[in-house]
Amino acid sequence: MVATTGTSLPSTLTAGKLPKMVPLYVLLGALAVVTLVFVLMGAPNVAGILVVGVIVYGVALYVLSLAIEGSRKAKDRLVTILVVSAFLLALIPLISVAVTTAINGAARFDVPFFTESMRNVVGAGGGALHAITGTLLITLATAIISIPIGILTAIYLVEYGRGALARGITFLVDVMTGIPSIVAGLFAYALLSLFLGPGIRLGIGGAIALSVLMIPVVVRSTEEMLKLVPNELREASLALGVPKYLTIIKVVLPTSMAGIITGSMIAVARVIGETAPLLLIAGYTQSMNYDLFSGRMMTLPVFVYNQYAIQGVDSQAYTDRAWTGALALILIVMALNLIARLVAKIFSPKIAR
Amino acid sequence: MTTPTLDRKKDAPVVRTGDRLFRGSTLTAGILILVTLAAVAIFLVAESIPAFTEDPAKIKGSPSSFWAYVGPLVFGTIWVAFIALLIAVPLSIGVALFITHYAPRRLAQTLGYVVDLLAAVPSVVYGLWGISVLAPAVQPIYSWLTDNFGWLPFFAAPVSGTGRTVLTVGIVLAVMVLPIITALSREIFLQTPKLHEEAALALGATRWEMIRIAVLPFGRPGIVSASMLGLGRALGETMAVAMILSPGAFITWALTQSQNTNTIAANIALNFPESHGLDVSVLIATGLILFVITFGVNFIARAIVDRRKAFSGAN
Repeated sequence: MVATTGTSLPSTLTAGKLPKMVPLYVLLGALAVVTLVFVLMGAPNVAGILVVGVIVYGVALYVLSLAIEGSRKAKDRLVTILVVSAFLLALIPLISVAVTTAINGAARFDVPFFTESMRNVVGAGGGALHAITGTLLITLATAIISIPIGILTAIYLVEYGRGALARGITFLVDVMTGIPSIVAGLFAYALLSLFLGPGIRLGIGGAIALSVLMIPVVVRSTEEMLKLVPNELREASLALGVPKYLTIIKVVLPTSMAGIITGSMIAVARVIGETAPLLLIAGYTQSMNYDLFSGRMMTLPVFVYNQYAIQGVDSQAYTDRAWTGALALILIVMALNLIARLVAKIFSPKIAR
Repeated sequence: MTTPTLDRKKDAPVVRTGDRLFRGSTLTAGILILVTLAAVAIFLVAESIPAFTEDPAKIKGSPSSFWAYVGPLVFGTIWVAFIALLIAVPLSIGVALFITHYAPRRLAQTLGYVVDLLAAVPSVVYGLWGISVLAPAVQPIYSWLTDNFGWLPFFAAPVSGTGRTVLTVGIVLAVMVLPIITALSREIFLQTPKLHEEAALALGATRWEMIRIAVLPFGRPGIVSASMLGLGRALGETMAVAMILSPGAFITWALTQSQNTNTIAANIALNFPESHGLDVSVLIATGLILFVITFGVNFIARAIVDRRKAFSGAN
């Protein structure tokens, strides 16, 4: 190994290797040089300095390593730099989205936003109470439709399903996961307008559209959880003469309950931010509507879109409301995800993993 | 699960009402899913028939035929999704490799959660972010590209003054599909047989050589299907496109101009609330085409995954 570099370094264990701190020095050097160049050119720009600095660092370290350690080590170092920068690059949008939403959303994150609707509001003021109510109602209806169907289907697939039917359902659930959300909205519209006439807008339509999106997620996660239940538990129960349905209800489901709840909550978190289907079938309104079965119903994602897209005079007020809506939406989704993970952590039986 | 001893013919198993009911209800739920998927197809077809039969001159913008209307939209949908994947796939592989093979073992799971958080942000928020943060930030880069690479058809002048172009949308969609591709690739990379990796390292391979000869060949089908699933998501993404893109009804390859080809999904979202009569049928028909495209992509992706499952079960 030592001979591969072909250089005549003293034959110690560290021969032909860059000292540990060298990459750090090269990085700092590269950043310093690039900053200097940018300042001399009269255009200091943090993002530009970082990007060019990392490129210079990569090239410099590659050349240095090529000279001392040989081409294989040099390539290894180059790939390490690429992989790490890919990860850091992926973090930029996450941080940027979080920071901008928090800053811009703070302007209207006040009590009226959560206690008033937009009825008769022009310009500043008003709130998103009607949208939050609509989101809660539609999401609740979606959960009531999707979770039982999803869990029962998963039970069928894991406990009963054999042969072509089960394989077909598994495959179609996978395919259903990929249905574009807007197509789900069109489906709900097509379904309702066939029975109730064209131009129909109903809150329950939103629930139907979201159910199409949510059911496959619930099936998938519940299936995974049921498969984790050890067969010994089922066999022990059956051996004691317990009927199969009671075995499932009393043994299998309680064992996997934490995982199923977690999966369902994550599924809810996924559909609660859907905009496109609700825009089509639930429509938008500026007033409160508590009835899923009559009239248009505002939801929080559509509120954000609507405030941004259709602005009146004093457009800043509309933009502010849009950002605050976005902030509220992100907080709800994060809270759901967090609670779901906590449930999984606290209530899961020790055998689950 | 099945207990063969219970299936003996001579003493027929007791069939309990509870068992039959429970089994029946789970079966019903399963079949309901088949019915739903069929219903999606049937209702979309039923509602979109007028779009194919009526006089195309009545369609908004009076195109020469329905296909002339939908053609640019199909192109725009595929073009945007292609740009998104071009950015997202290499990046996702890098991120997945970082989490599985480079990051400290104890941090890996947390970092996985962090990347998953990207998937939790609603698309309408990405739309807002794309307009107010990303577009102004990349506009100077577009100007520079147009000035220096204007001879390429992709960067032909004039440059968009707002940055709300198809390339910006591609970047936003890349951010949205990145967590999907990363999550699946990560899973596949973790399944690489430890012995293969250790054998490579024991033969003196560097970390990159180990990844190249052990991890990547093992994970290739997984990467392909993960990318296809990401493609399915990018094809159907609506709000971010509808909010960011400034659309036109023609085909263009230019990435940085202010006039861009719209996508099917965004076109529906922008026009549906104000449409009625034949226009609704036309929009539903375009939705049907989108459904067929994404169905095909997902079908292929799942087929690859399933074939791979059968294969890996053999070892």
